[in-house]
Amino acid sequence: MSLVTDLINLDLSDTTDKIIAEYIWIGGSGMDLRSKARTLDGVVSDPKKLPKWNYDGSSTGQAPGEDSEVILYPQAIFKDPFRRGNNILVMCDAYTPAGEPIPTNKRHNAAKIFSHPDVVAEVPWYGIEQEYTLLQKDLKWPLGWPVGGYPGPQGPYYCGAGADKAFGRDIVDSHYKACLYAGINISGINGEVMPGQWEFQVGPSVGISAGDELWVARYILERITEIAGVVVSFDPKPIAGDWNGAGAHTNYSTKSMRNDGGFEVIKKAIGKLQLRHKEHIAAYGEGNERRLTGRHETADINTFTWVRNFLFAAIIFQNSEISVSAVKIQQIS
Amino acid sequence: MSLLSDLVNLNLSDSTEKIIAEYIWIGGSGMDMRSKARTLSGPVSDPAKLPKWNYDGSSTGQAPGEDSEVILYPQAIFRDPFRRGNNILVICDTYTPAGVPIPTNKRCAAAKIFSHPDVVAEIPWYGLEQEYTLLQKDVKWPLGWPLGGYPGPQGPYYCGIGVDKAFGRDIVDAHYKACLYAGINISGINGEVMPGQWEFQVGPSVGISSGDELWAARYILERITEVAGVVLSFDPKPIQGDWNGAGAHTNYSTKSMRNEGGYEIIKKAIEKLGLRHKEHIAAYGEGNERRLTGRHETADINTFKWA
Repeated sequence: MSLVTDLINLDLSDTTDKIIAEYIWIGGSGMDLRSKARTLDGVVSDPKKLPKWNYDGSSTGQAPGEDSEVILYPQAIFKDPFRRGNNILVMCDAYTPAGEPIPTNKRHNAAKIFSHPDVVAEVPWYGIEQEYTLLQKDLKWPLGWPVGGYPGPQGPYYCGAGADKAFGRDIVDSHYKACLYAGINISGINGEVMPGQWEFQVGPSVGISAGDELWVARYILERITEIAGVVVSFDPKPIAGDWNGAGAHTNYSTKSMRNDGGFEVIKKAIGKLQLRHKEHIAAYGEGNERRLTGRHETADINTFTWVRNFLFAAIIFQNSEISVSAVKIQQIS
Repeated sequence: MSLLSDLVNLNLSDSTEKIIAEYIWIGGSGMDMRSKARTLSGPVSDPAKLPKWNYDGSSTGQAPGEDSEVILYPQAIFRDPFRRGNNILVICDTYTPAGVPIPTNKRCAAAKIFSHPDVVAEIPWYGLEQEYTLLQKDVKWPLGWPLGGYPGPQGPYYCGIGVDKAFGRDIVDAHYKACLYAGINISGINGEVMPGQWEFQVGPSVGISSGDELWAARYILERITEVAGVVLSFDPKPIQGDWNGAGAHTNYSTKSMRNEGGYEIIKKAIEKLGLRHKEHIAAYGEGNERRLTGRHETADINTFKWA
């Protein structure tokens, strides 16, 4: 297979100016990622200079069969860690041919809000802690777990090392470097409480770019697990019982919150979040009722609570794919 | 096995001027590809300067045993992505010793048409979307499918990622770069609706060169699957049932079609195509009646329609 690897790793910059652009979009479930590649005549670094493209929406549950064209608008460019050279990954959002965002396109409205001058002035920061579980292919049982059985109870696995405690570190470490190479603001990784579960963090990133970076980091992760022969799951509660779930704690702050007197601004914002708890939970994705039970380091899904810790200055929402069940405030001392 | 790879990857340009030319042709079925290599004394970039060659046509179903010599005429050169250096791939077509194209040689007549001054002036563009299926060696069941069973139904696989959705991406990605390296105008790739099925696109290319580039791309693909231990299939309907087939959607335009008022030209051309539907279908190869059913994103084989 080394000849195949040689070809995959060919550095084309000696032979052609052409580059390969992998256009990435979110599919009909709102969580599945899709991509396809095209050749461009030369290097491009500004997403606005990339051509729009299209795909068959009836194949992704995003359009009916008789009128299935969906248009891809390039929004963000990252270096391609798989093809390297001058090749790129392009994060896109999806529109009808008439220019309307299709229903699964949440980015469009978010970008509008983030570009409002009042919002721009507040420089909103996001730090997103993406948890995920690695599963054995075909069995869908976590990586490293005995088939037909369970590992020892939680305790030794959080940030653990060793063949009996850390399952799949090669995936995690290659993902870390691949994201840094790509230009994603990946700030760290750690092994999680449930064995076979890991976390990476993206941020602090400003506004819409936090979303773009998180989605491309998810894309790179699933491409890596594809190579490794392992399934990646973002399910909030992959294993029922005395095992932690997988969420996406989201850290957030604005300029006013970071300045003197910020704690009062934070409290006001928390007050507002509390008023919309049910609507927010509904927007945060499927399955969180299985995770947010009040046990395993979560709050109950129907409860909005907040707590102040003196660790760092940011509002921390306990999230799963951006769902709020509790707010924890931590302030840098 | 590392010594073998070292030798395969030897860069000869330090030690000799000689290059290796792999001559490629289409065999007796009209779809099987054949090739053999020869040494040349130095680099060549013009196909007209390459020597003609010959092969044993009785071994490829292209000539009788008692008069089996078939002559290879070099027509297009590409850089060899396997041997690299100054080594080349040469797309050829096939003639009798008397200079007559043998029956499987469709290129000769096509090249004549494409070189007609009226056709040259119209700069005909082709964009070819070649679909194909990867099959497990020996069992001929698609790559990634469970033996004796089926994967989940179509839906997640089109442009999908992940070990449970994309089967064989290393082949597809190696092929993409190999074709770019070779100088083929490969414009993109994507995973297809049926799992284990993929597509690459060649073009827009002008006239006869689109055919040469497509065949060179098919050759490179089968050489890569050979290394990967996987079988390549261009069969139009490899798996019966609720699974998409594999076609080669062909995008086409002429200068007049691309200019102002082009839509009327296009409509006229479509009408002409409609008059010859049966003849064209017959020329498009074996097995399309299994693919063109009216289901799975196709039209029925007997129906000519446009939208």
